Amino acid sequence: MNLIKYRNWFFVLSLLVIIPGVIALSTWRLKLGIDFAGGTLWEIKFTQKEKVERDEIHNFFVQEQVEASSVAQTSDNSALVRMKVTDEAKINDLKTKLNSNFGETEDVRLETVGPVVSKELAQKAFIAVAISILAIVLYITWAFRQVPKPASSIAFGICTIIALIHDVIVVVGIFAILGHFFAIEVDSLFITALLTVIGFSVHDTIVVFDRIRENLKKHGDFPFEEVVNHSLLQTMGRSLSTSLTVVFVLLALLLFGGASIRNFVLALLVGIISGTYSSIFSASPLLVVWQNLKLRNKK
Amino acid sequence: MLKKPRRILFLILILTVAAFYLDLPIIKFKGVELSHPKINTRIFKRDLEPKLGLDLAGGVQLTMSADMTNIEPQDRDTALGSAKDIVENRINSLGVAEPVIQTAKTQSQYRLIVEIPGISDIDQAVSIVKKTAHLEFQIIKADAPPEATYAATPEYFEASGLTGKDLKRATAAPSQDPQSPGYVVNLEFNSEGAKKLEEITTNNLEKPMAMYLDDQPISWPPPIIKAVITDGNAQITGGFTSQQAKQLAIQLNAGALPVPLNIESQTRIGPTIGTDSIQKSLFATAVGLVSVAIFMIVCYRVLGIFAVAALCIYTLIVFAIFKIIPVTLTLAGIAGFVLSIGMAVDANILIFERIKEELRWGKPKHDAFFTGFDRAWSSIRDSNVSSLITTAILFNFGTGSIRGFALTLAIGILVSMFSAITVTRTFIRVFWVRKIE
Repeated sequence: MNLIKYRNWFFVLSLLVIIPGVIALSTWRLKLGIDFAGGTLWEIKFTQKEKVERDEIHNFFVQEQVEASSVAQTSDNSALVRMKVTDEAKINDLKTKLNSNFGETEDVRLETVGPVVSKELAQKAFIAVAISILAIVLYITWAFRQVPKPASSIAFGICTIIALIHDVIVVVGIFAILGHFFAIEVDSLFITALLTVIGFSVHDTIVVFDRIRENLKKHGDFPFEEVVNHSLLQTMGRSLSTSLTVVFVLLALLLFGGASIRNFVLALLVGIISGTYSSIFSASPLLVVWQNLKLRNKK
Repeated sequence: MLKKPRRILFLILILTVAAFYLDLPIIKFKGVELSHPKINTRIFKRDLEPKLGLDLAGGVQLTMSADMTNIEPQDRDTALGSAKDIVENRINSLGVAEPVIQTAKTQSQYRLIVEIPGISDIDQAVSIVKKTAHLEFQIIKADAPPEATYAATPEYFEASGLTGKDLKRATAAPSQDPQSPGYVVNLEFNSEGAKKLEEITTNNLEKPMAMYLDDQPISWPPPIIKAVITDGNAQITGGFTSQQAKQLAIQLNAGALPVPLNIESQTRIGPTIGTDSIQKSLFATAVGLVSVAIFMIVCYRVLGIFAVAALCIYTLIVFAIFKIIPVTLTLAGIAGFVLSIGMAVDANILIFERIKEELRWGKPKHDAFFTGFDRAWSSIRDSNVSSLITTAILFNFGTGSIRGFALTLAIGILVSMFSAITVTRTFIRVFWVRKIE
């Protein structure tokens, strides 16, 4: 089986996911959670009522003239309300009124993030992502410094990074789409997920590249394309097995874990799947494209 | 050659039993109590109870910025430090378990981050921490009529010059005096406060001294000055109950805050969500572990069983390390741990796939086993190093739950290198390769 031959199809498949994501990102942006945008998040559980309608709660906040940017139902008798930064006194006032309208309530969660903290956090998140990408490029270039000819360690480093950026864009793009249609927000846990995906993506790519390196040493006289293809087929079983185990674990967390980490796990799941795909179908074919371009330039 | 793996196997067994012992929850069965040990030496002290973060235990987290505009730049660190001490005192007087109070300095911002897990009366905690009240000690006016001493009506009092700034701390304690049982409040003043107090007590012996918090009198009627106090240590007696004395101490401490604190962000998590989350994440972890175990055994048969055994040992060791450090468990932290299970298995998969390949190429079992481990090592090393790089960056840049995630993932990765390589290798050498030799 020659996977490398079909490389353009694989690139097209990637673009089919990436392009809508990028368009969504540039038109709708990401829906920022209070971590980054500032605000108050209030999860209320109605302990006396079996069932509360979202609209009832929404109307209550409209009546109280509280600018609630979103009211979402988290279960039959609880709701998550997001509003502008609201102080303790106002919350207590609202709570009294809620109690008289809907019966006893309980604060499941009340989070307020001021504008200074949220701005700092956004900056930090950006720096963290940038630094980890840089650190990984340096490490790969160093780890693959002795890669035999005709490949170069820089090529390995750069192809790893392209695969990594592919995964980051896939996750961010899909969350831009989810944010628009399902109001899924991006918080600091999302950044954590993104960084973990970066780690995993590189982890996966390294395993394939490691095999390419080994095979280049053994069968350096074969055409580069064949060596890469052979290595891909050899590592395919492992790549799929590993991804499957991680996907199992993440699915377990997604289905049975708490609601507050659901989006986090979803981001990880999307990222891991994309990471497996990119390590097989993007990084290695790109290595071949790089090599072919180099040869053509020499001629 | 054959002796060495056996010795390693023995060491692994000891380690496993030790980890299992540390992990034991407290079990009571028919009068017999089983429990993990408590380490209590002078340098190293651990109760080895699992520590739960705010999202699991419920509680309050407050991030407050200190307003330093009235403090000289060189005094700001000290001011933040003493604000931290005072807030810590106030919270400790609530009697909650293990509050965490941290200071953080970024560029021009001075912050205090307070985490109080497991408290039920959230509003009380918030108001106690937030309070930046002005405490003032007042004495009776010189021109007041003599009966004012006993009638003690507020209009006869004036500022004494002694304020909350002079007070180091107030603590509630049971009375040592059999003549007046109950509780007392001990006041400790700083050196400047001691001087002022000496002067006040000398001039106002047998007269009342009132305490005002934000111009509101507290503990009315005011206590009477019974002696001249020279060392700055005063005591308020009055047959208080423990609750009253505590309340008074809290109120007095409230006045001693050197810098105003503004709440920048706050999180309150109700106690019920925590229990729910713990059950859910425990269940999710179990489902994850079992599905990985089934997958491994189906795919790799005997080798899979070794990997699953190594995975169990891995789980025991990681949890023991969590208890020793101790790592505060949060939802994100648990996710990090569960994720590291996936990574732990990955190392095994890499090795097993390699062994399978070598066998397919016609190598004898023994050779296939050794080359499998050798060849897989460079992949395992490089991929884990890159994951460790990301966790290190996460740990440095993140706060709270992100740090928890990074820490548990990093511990998981490190332990997985041991379990997937050393432990499985030894199992296979002792139970699998030896048979055919």
